[in-house]
Amino acid sequence: MKAPLSWLKDFVDIDISIADLAHLITMAGMEVEEIRILGLPMPAPGRVDARLSGLEWDREKIVVASILEVFPHPNADRLTLCKLFDGQQEHIVLTGAPNLFEYKGIGPLPKVLKVAYAKEGAQIYDGHQEGLVLTKLKRATIRGVESFSMVCSEKELGISDEHEGILILDEDALPGTPLADYLGDAVLDVKLLPSFARCASMLGLAREIAAITGKPLKQLQAPSQPPAGKADFAEIEITNPEMNPRFVLGLIRNIEIRPSPEKVQRRLKMAGMRPINNIVDATNYVMLEIGEPLHAFDYDVLVKSAKNKPVKIITRTAKAGEKLTTLDGVERKLDETTVLVCDQAGALSIAGVMGGRESDVYDAAQEVLDARGIEPQAGEFPKGKASARGKSTSSILLEGAAWNFINIRKTARAYALHSEASYRFGRGVHPALAERGVRRGLELMHAWANGEVAPGLVDAYPLPAKDPTVEITSADVKRWLGVEIPIKKMKLMLERLEFTCTLESKQRLLVTLPDHRMDIGEGITGKADIVEEIARIYGYDNIPETRIADELPPQLGNPLLDKEERIRDLLVAQGLQETISYRLTTPEREARRLRPDAPTDDQPYVCIANPIAPDKAVLRHSVLASLLDTAERNARVRERLALFEIGPAFRASESGDPSSGSGQGLPDELQRVVLLLAGPRSLPGWQPVDATPMDFYDLKGVLSALLDGLRIPAVGFRPAEHPSFHPGKCARVMSGDKQIGVVGELHPQVRGQYDWPASFRSPVQVAEIDLDVLLTLIPTLHQTEAVPTLPPVLEDLAVVVDENLPAERIAELIRQTGGKVVSEVRLFDVYRDEKIGAGKKSLAYSLTYQAVNKTLSDKDVAGLRARILRRLEQELGAVLRR
Amino acid sequence: MLDKLNEIQTNALSAIESVQDEAALEAWRVAHLGRSSALMQLFNGFGQLSKEERPVIGQRANEVKKALEEAFVARSGQVRQVALKRSIEQERLDVTLPGRRLPLGRLHPDTQILRELYRVFGEMGFQVYRSREVESDEYNFQLLNFPVGHPARDMQDTYFVESEGRGDNPIVLRTHTSPGQIRAMRECAARDPHKPPSVRIILPGMVYRYEQVDARHETQFDQIEGLAVGPGITFSDLKGTLADLARRLFGKNVRTRFRASFFPFTEPSAEFDIECFLCGGKGCNVCGGGWLEIGGCGMIHPVVLQNGGYDPERYTGFAFGLGPQRIAMLRYGINDIRYFWENDLRFLEQF
Repeated sequence: MKAPLSWLKDFVDIDISIADLAHLITMAGMEVEEIRILGLPMPAPGRVDARLSGLEWDREKIVVASILEVFPHPNADRLTLCKLFDGQQEHIVLTGAPNLFEYKGIGPLPKVLKVAYAKEGAQIYDGHQEGLVLTKLKRATIRGVESFSMVCSEKELGISDEHEGILILDEDALPGTPLADYLGDAVLDVKLLPSFARCASMLGLAREIAAITGKPLKQLQAPSQPPAGKADFAEIEITNPEMNPRFVLGLIRNIEIRPSPEKVQRRLKMAGMRPINNIVDATNYVMLEIGEPLHAFDYDVLVKSAKNKPVKIITRTAKAGEKLTTLDGVERKLDETTVLVCDQAGALSIAGVMGGRESDVYDAAQEVLDARGIEPQAGEFPKGKASARGKSTSSILLEGAAWNFINIRKTARAYALHSEASYRFGRGVHPALAERGVRRGLELMHAWANGEVAPGLVDAYPLPAKDPTVEITSADVKRWLGVEIPIKKMKLMLERLEFTCTLESKQRLLVTLPDHRMDIGEGITGKADIVEEIARIYGYDNIPETRIADELPPQLGNPLLDKEERIRDLLVAQGLQETISYRLTTPEREARRLRPDAPTDDQPYVCIANPIAPDKAVLRHSVLASLLDTAERNARVRERLALFEIGPAFRASESGDPSSGSGQGLPDELQRVVLLLAGPRSLPGWQPVDATPMDFYDLKGVLSALLDGLRIPAVGFRPAEHPSFHPGKCARVMSGDKQIGVVGELHPQVRGQYDWPASFRSPVQVAEIDLDVLLTLIPTLHQTEAVPTLPPVLEDLAVVVDENLPAERIAELIRQTGGKVVSEVRLFDVYRDEKIGAGKKSLAYSLTYQAVNKTLSDKDVAGLRARILRRLEQELGAVLRR
Repeated sequence: MLDKLNEIQTNALSAIESVQDEAALEAWRVAHLGRSSALMQLFNGFGQLSKEERPVIGQRANEVKKALEEAFVARSGQVRQVALKRSIEQERLDVTLPGRRLPLGRLHPDTQILRELYRVFGEMGFQVYRSREVESDEYNFQLLNFPVGHPARDMQDTYFVESEGRGDNPIVLRTHTSPGQIRAMRECAARDPHKPPSVRIILPGMVYRYEQVDARHETQFDQIEGLAVGPGITFSDLKGTLADLARRLFGKNVRTRFRASFFPFTEPSAEFDIECFLCGGKGCNVCGGGWLEIGGCGMIHPVVLQNGGYDPERYTGFAFGLGPQRIAMLRYGINDIRYFWENDLRFLEQF
């Protein structure tokens, strides 16, 4: 909400600087996002949290002046020369302002015009440039006339975008007065959180300022009552009080529609609203001033529609298929939960959100003038010209109401109709304001548009506000805030916010809510609400910092997280870079990870009902797909890729959710570890390196070291087929009979579905591990073995076997036969040639024999070796190679 | 004979003076101490000497041999020194040539910040509790005191998941880590429903907002939330805890500031700021007025405590949330939040 300082001062004296004021408001929960300076001294930047904008007017160089006479320019029709008085002397000033043309050459003005006069050297905005460009007034000669000063437009002063003519001040402005003193202002743009809806008005914000600064609130004089008498101009029927607790109507007749007073227009503009005419402006002014949005109906339209019967206003929800053309000219199909204000003929407006066109305040003159593209001038306002609807509105039926805020918010969202009214009604406006608002509205209309206020108000109030009473004690405050606040001090603070407080006993306070607050609950919630108010006014800064005195709960740690972090460490230690990806993607994007001829992924996706962009349609099925996307992008900037990611894949669940155990139909979140290697084993340097592309065994090595580091038991790799991988270069990763994951080289066709740069020719190695399974296999504890003190015996052993025999079987058998004595079996050569024979391969192992308790003799080793060879031969058909 | 011996010694010792390298040294050894050298010849001809001459000549000959041998050892030491010096001079490397690097693995910057937070919070008695990313409206909003249709929901623009027949309880991507508060409190309270144990946890994790992505706004980001529930937890404890945290994360002199705010699940609620550690609170182009917004916090709303299984008449608690990415951005001068999940190695390799 934009709050002009001058308007706030209607309700509270403010004698602190703008910067201090903004700070106090911000600290109390109403964040000042921007301070726009209109002439007043600019706060020093760096000490203000808010953004600063606007222009400070030099007190010496920008002053009030009177234009005494306007002369034609000798060499230019579009320019005039003004004789003006700046409080000290007379000057001749050049201007092109069209709003001075009418005074050109008529001699000394009968009534001087008060204007804003900028002298040489004054800093203002350049009126001829787009946007806000600062400029300093310099001496110049324009068409043969010297010029060093100027009369300013609103744009040049930073008040508005208006640059059509110069700013004309009210008559009370004294020449020579610094303009900043006469017109200077500042607008605070305050961000109001949902619980601060009560502050969405000048009075509301001023009330908070009064409470924080300790200044008294200058109450608005109670708006005058309409003349006494029976209100017989309309009837009200509320069909659902839950939706519409109160509805108030007042009537004013014989008004004249014209522009509002300058000061009112200026205030509305500063508050971010466009002045329309005195009637519409009055409704907006009341809304900004006290927070009650009003709606003005053209009473004659309603009378005509009632066809000689009394005007009757009905509030009800829309009927099936009902339509209404709203103020913005859009015909809307109405939802059956939408609450409408109707007469007996049909809908007049969407309650609390937007009026209908038919019964809108109608300004025939404005329509005629708009059509010609001319702005009306004060004082020469044409009346009652002919138009489509006939004559201008002359009688106003003024509505003030209270609505159910949940329903209003829903309606505003459903039609995407976000108005100042729906903003306030959608957050809650107290029903007491309905009647106060109508009275204030009639008062302002009477003042600005003449007219006669009809006797009485029609007030239907079927569901009075509850305004709960909350009981609070010093102990409550101590329990929540940790600070002792004397009960009398609490009472004073709450009274500053207009709560009514009764001291029930020495320790107990009964707090009754003022009739502008909707945010305080009952019972323990009410207590918490009141404690918050006390804390805010007491000042969060004044509450001490303490260390938790409560007993420390058992420190259980999080073993699963510790294990997950251990996985990260082991992968980083092997030179892999961790990545974290967006989880939102598209099925098409993810499908690239599968061979084109493979069955499509038919698992149900978690689909976003309201995706913000087409490429964020679903939650990912595959972390592998995420990592491939990452590799694809990075292949343009890096030759060698070694990456991993740990995170969830998502599957929509029909049956329920095993992980939460709640059976709420929530999706499965399956945790995965994915590894990727591609590119040369080593990056080229100034000396030769192994630059062969990394292959299956590079990734298998990383994976084996990881599983070894985690002490996963009985790790094995079994040939496998998988729709992402090369059929000959893919393995299931096992621990015993449990599958942990899959590792392999990306299938050439899958690789081909990604957009690699031409320079990137390496195959891509990928592994995907089921983290949920892996975590269950990581032992919490493990035992160490003593460091051997006796010398080992080292020996090499080469055997020839069938090509198809998996190498792992040989090593396994050697280990099995060697038992504890064979402490290490390391394959160091795989060899094939004609001598060995077709379909055969030679595998050479280096064996370490190591006994714990004795030095092994040659005989010991020879015996063991013979047993190993015998079993290799008998069980695997291996022949010793000599 | 004695003269001859003297001559041998004089010649040999003078010859060794000109020896400069290993080869000349070896040649000298052969010439003067070798089998066919004059000295050795002389030893060989010993038998022909008279009985009287033998001891005199013999002693002298041994003296000469010893002198030559000593000269040889000394010279060979010198020659080796010279050779070593020469070879060292020749073996000079260009130390500015690049070294051979092993590829360095790195943790994602977000993980690095999270680990630091786990450690700091762990020392303060807060344990890590993780919970799901896809939630029901009930857990994400209703149980946290965001009633259906309440304007407070405007504060968190939400992704909804396509699901049918769920009425007011649709599936959503969690908009904050707070649904974990309810899950953790319920899990804890279930251990002893009549006297639920105290809770002190942090909840890290990814959250989602329906928001256009730009340099400052993400549709997916992570949060870490703290929760303390017990019989005597106060707002002053919350201030003390966060002040401690700020000092540990940002420096021991850093000040904290609490501004009143609103969150449906806490009351009183606050935003907490720290004094800008980039400018020392003087005001700079990052902080503006000398303070940096770090997170939101407050006392747990009674309704939320109740929903978690804790009687709000007997228990109080506080909760706070902060953004690991925000901390990383401030610390490392990262000016675009999109860098985090885009995984450009040119960014990740800087950590």
